[in-house]
Amino acid sequence: MAKIRRRYIRSLDLEQGRVDMTHGSGGRAMAQMIEELFLDAFDNEFLRQLNDQASFSIPAGRMVMATDSHVVTPLFFPGGDIGSLAVHGTINDVTMSGAKPLYLSAGFILEEGFPLADLKRIVDSMAAASREAGVPIVTGDTKVVERGKADGVFINTTGIGIVPEGIHISGERAQPGDRILLSGFMGDHGVAVMSQRENLTFSSAILSDSAALHGLVASMVAAVPEIHCLRDPTRGGVATTLNELARQSGVGMLIQETSLPVREAVSATCEFLGLDPLYVANEGKLVAICPAASAERLLETMKNHPLGRDAAIIGEVVADSHAFVQMETSFGGKRIVDWLSGEQLPRIC
Amino acid sequence: MKYIDEFRDGALARKLAADIAREVQPERHYGLMEFCGGHTHAVYRYGVQNLLPANVNLIHGPGCPVCVLPIGRLDYAVQLARTPGVILCTYGDMLRVPGSGGMSLLKAKAGGADIRMIYSSADALKIAQNYPDREVVFFAIGFETTTPPTAVAILQAEALGLKNFSVISNHVLTPAAISAIMSSGEARVDGVIGPAHVSTVIGSQPYEPFATQYHLPVVIAGFEPLDVMQAILMLVRQLNTGRAEVENEFTRAVSREGNLKAQRLVAEVFEVREEFEWRGLGVVPHSGLAIRSRFAAFDAEKRFRLTYRQVADNPACECSAIIRGVKKPLDCKLFGGVCTPENPIGSCMVSSEGACAAYYSYGRYKEDVV
Repeated sequence: MAKIRRRYIRSLDLEQGRVDMTHGSGGRAMAQMIEELFLDAFDNEFLRQLNDQASFSIPAGRMVMATDSHVVTPLFFPGGDIGSLAVHGTINDVTMSGAKPLYLSAGFILEEGFPLADLKRIVDSMAAASREAGVPIVTGDTKVVERGKADGVFINTTGIGIVPEGIHISGERAQPGDRILLSGFMGDHGVAVMSQRENLTFSSAILSDSAALHGLVASMVAAVPEIHCLRDPTRGGVATTLNELARQSGVGMLIQETSLPVREAVSATCEFLGLDPLYVANEGKLVAICPAASAERLLETMKNHPLGRDAAIIGEVVADSHAFVQMETSFGGKRIVDWLSGEQLPRIC
Repeated sequence: MKYIDEFRDGALARKLAADIAREVQPERHYGLMEFCGGHTHAVYRYGVQNLLPANVNLIHGPGCPVCVLPIGRLDYAVQLARTPGVILCTYGDMLRVPGSGGMSLLKAKAGGADIRMIYSSADALKIAQNYPDREVVFFAIGFETTTPPTAVAILQAEALGLKNFSVISNHVLTPAAISAIMSSGEARVDGVIGPAHVSTVIGSQPYEPFATQYHLPVVIAGFEPLDVMQAILMLVRQLNTGRAEVENEFTRAVSREGNLKAQRLVAEVFEVREEFEWRGLGVVPHSGLAIRSRFAAFDAEKRFRLTYRQVADNPACECSAIIRGVKKPLDCKLFGGVCTPENPIGSCMVSSEGACAAYYSYGRYKEDVV
């Protein structure tokens, strides 16, 4: 299909311009922004139809669907931005069922006054992430709210995918004796974002680990179709994900502190701020639980993928009616790794 | 992490545990109070208690700044935060502490109050500079460790000529708290694991009267788990031989005199209050610091004419007995049921240094032991 001809006398001022209320009014300004900003960047056959919905045929099999709203502060951080995060986050949520992600939608809530240059940067980053992942954004929506009613830009993405035959991955399938694997270093994303917050001026070389994990997962389910659980430890970190899985499956977990992969710079930052890397967010990691007999094979497969190079077996599933997650500390003691209460707040002394 | 991992080494911990097990006298009971929340946190986080013989009992002391802050002072903070034009700055741990009627700073913030979580007193100064039209109040809490930075902030505010910056001083003194506990005689404390960071400022000298007056062994220890284990071994040896001395395990950071420069700064800006209310310990004479009248312009208590109102704790809450070392978290009826980190009734459940929160997060749930 031929590209739509520009109908606007002046194109959007992507250097100095700002979002104003007309960009959400449904009129010509909105149409222009959609065409010149979103369609240009996300360009694909579905969007080119210019309908309010995307139309596509679906293959036979079990579909999955996931949605995620992104409200990160700051919008740009070392290793990514809200745009790439919105693509990776939803792809990963779809993928943690073992599914191959097919399509994404994107909904933007823009605050009046938001610089178009920043919006362009975000949209370009989303487009690049979507192209790199091979998962197109096939439908979208834009709303503008008055200044003060949002924080720059919020992005919701929804994704659908299809689960390969014979794969049954779900949070309630962990069984005593299963092994717990983590795909790489904990806490990179959280520390990268924290380092950019205005009241926390420390410099660090840590980049967010934001990444789409469907390639890694595809190779994992191909090698070990009997994987029981997959989950990406985003907000609340690995500790929260393990607690969720333990509760869903009605089992306990026992992890070894010495096996947990953490970068030195991340553990030093956490040490300094009084945080625990187990509770710090990741955006490109996964926790996998599989039968003990398959664990080594799964670990090898993960290590052979660039996004699983630093994977490790971090512990095992145990029978426990309390569904406690416990950790053998490197010091030789044992403690509960509890749910995070509220936000992780820095300690005083 | 270099310089950190060495103090968390599992093999050394096993060796120390074996030494302690060999040296404790089986018929004897060792009640050791770790004064600081930092120690409490390390004990739970690394599972130190698991490595100790059953007759070595750790008693959690009052050294958690959030835990000892009485409700009346927290009400000050809430009241000020809700005053139009005020930006209230405080350390993160403070936000969830419940005050009167369950109101916390976090809830006041949700209700529209402008409350900023800061990492250092310098952040509060920066906010004051950035918002010249607003009244920026720093709700300062903490023991001797956090007092010098508050003093520096006030001195800098004066030097910068800031007219919109003030401080509520809730700074408290460690030796006064130890005195209060020892003179009450309620808790059976045979020895004290002395503060780490506090002692870097005040030195080891201020603990010497405890050794002589109460025949109380004190071992100043760092906040790493091996420090704690080593201090326990040193206390066991003192008790076994009938000695009562101030020993310093934390020689890598603590001297007898402490940090003289920091002490001078504190003395310049602060003076000792006649008395100060503590949660758990009640009103303790000469235990808190007020801003000297020379700096009255920076004293939010004077600037906003705050009048102190004492507020009683929830009668079922055992925080005060826990802070005094008389009871353990599990002795409290509210623990783990009504009072949880998500919905704290008492202050000990708030900070990760609080005995209840540490016990809840790292120890066992109540149902487990009933």
